[in-house]
Amino acid sequence: MKRTLNRCLVYVALLFGATFCLLPFLWQLRSSIMTMPELFSYPPKLLPADPQWKNYRDVFAVMPFGRYYLNTIILVLWNIAGVLFSNISIAFALTRLRFKGRNLLFALSIGTLMIPTSVTMIPTFIEWSWFGGLNTFLPLIVPSFFGNAFFIFLLVQFFRTIPFDFDEAALIDGASYPRIMVQIILPMAKPIVAVMVIFTFLNTWNDFMGPLLFLNDQKLYTLALGLKSLLSSYNSYWHILMAAATLVVLPLIVVFFLGQKSFIAGLTMGGIKG
Amino acid sequence: MHCKKETLWGWILVSPLALGLTVWVAFPLGVAISTSLFKWNMISKPIFVGLQNYSFMLFGDHLFWQALKVTLVFTLTSVPLQMLLAFAAALLLNTQVRGMGVFRTIFYLPALIPIMVSTALWMFLYNPQYGLFNLILDNLGLPTLQWLLDSATVIPSLIIMSLWSIGNVVIIFLAGLQGIPKELEEACIIDGGNYWQRMRAVILPQMSPIIFYNLVMGIIGGLQTFTQPYIMTNGGPSNASLTLMLHLYKQAFNFSKMGYANALAVVLLLMTIAVSLLVFRSSRSWVYYEGDRK
Repeated sequence: MKRTLNRCLVYVALLFGATFCLLPFLWQLRSSIMTMPELFSYPPKLLPADPQWKNYRDVFAVMPFGRYYLNTIILVLWNIAGVLFSNISIAFALTRLRFKGRNLLFALSIGTLMIPTSVTMIPTFIEWSWFGGLNTFLPLIVPSFFGNAFFIFLLVQFFRTIPFDFDEAALIDGASYPRIMVQIILPMAKPIVAVMVIFTFLNTWNDFMGPLLFLNDQKLYTLALGLKSLLSSYNSYWHILMAAATLVVLPLIVVFFLGQKSFIAGLTMGGIKG
Repeated sequence: MHCKKETLWGWILVSPLALGLTVWVAFPLGVAISTSLFKWNMISKPIFVGLQNYSFMLFGDHLFWQALKVTLVFTLTSVPLQMLLAFAAALLLNTQVRGMGVFRTIFYLPALIPIMVSTALWMFLYNPQYGLFNLILDNLGLPTLQWLLDSATVIPSLIIMSLWSIGNVVIIFLAGLQGIPKELEEACIIDGGNYWQRMRAVILPQMSPIIFYNLVMGIIGGLQTFTQPYIMTNGGPSNASLTLMLHLYKQAFNFSKMGYANALAVVLLLMTIAVSLLVFRSSRSWVYYEGDRK
């Protein structure tokens, strides 16, 4: 009896939480297929009389959203390339090769996790103005080629669990260090590589501050920035805005469901060992 | 020979990190600290002014104090609430009932949403005339609110919004709960402990390092709050939602006061360190590490 009661309470709480999480989304979807008068009618309507799918087409008509998709995808691909290239070799060197200063470097890299972006934001902007990188994709791509503390941490944790017998056997067979990295260690790290790809995708797709600081030219805008400019120039066209917002989110949801496992693995690996 | 090769490759492979730490961390930190002593608009030559930026901040800029208050109130209210809610959600999601997989996904989904999208969406939800929240209040027979447009409700509105996207923390807490050794809980049950005793003696101590880590990260993140007020209110109404980060951004990119903005950045860094240290300090009395002795 008491157990059934408890179970009921759990369900009530779960449903309450789920409503809080989902309701804003449902409201977004519902608004994205309404006409403007419907949206502003009083008393408000729960559902549109006739779903206006054309709102989604209108998003592309009022703003070059196709271009924004393309720009965002370009940035995502470059960032994934940079993240894989840099972090794997860095973590390999930090765990499999002995040289002076490696512990210090690892400690410093972990330390950067605590440095707030606010401090480095303006100086980085100034640096890029010296390099002539303002209003190009460079500031949003190049840093990914220099290692990311969080990914280095994940990889180092993982590489440390691989026995050194593999390296030694390969060395005796005359393999070079880069070969050991690419042909022996890397294939074992596939789960972590998946985590890095998914997180880089999400971080780049979601980044707002970076594009806001560095991109001025409308042609270079990312989806996040495009949505922002849509918000400021069409600020009462909520049906179009909500359709655009849905268009930005949709690919994320697809990627999330495709990579759910790696995704949760990445989240918990980082958060628990802290 | 062999050893030399190892060192050489070590340095080659790790060089991006060494270079990155210099170019993207050490150098910017140096620039932030040094330019905070100058008056500089990025175009004309910087003028050395000593600590003048700092003294102006403390004694001349009432917006700094306003932003400090807003940031602290927002962070110190929203982060503990987030932790509490995330913990409760994780406990719920850790029970054995049917359909749990679906609930876990639903609870996580809001955290997936880009900050720009969630900000636009919540602006719409908070809209006093056609927004969902006033519709709900109205239907419940309660008085409607101005939400983001009223200086009294703007910060609570931002806090409620921040509670929507705690999915990351929920998932981390959930994994933590699942990692608690079953023997411990069983031992507690055998000793006749009820749910609350189990919570106090086993669950909370076992979870404390995870809660601690997420608390620190949450505070660091909270002190940097920017996008939501920037998009939703631009700091208004009457600076009621002006966060330090937004103040800094405006000083730098609207008024080209790079020196002053960097002084603000340095103060924000010091604040972050101070708050983290305080939490670290307190952690000795409430965080339990396996293998530690009291």
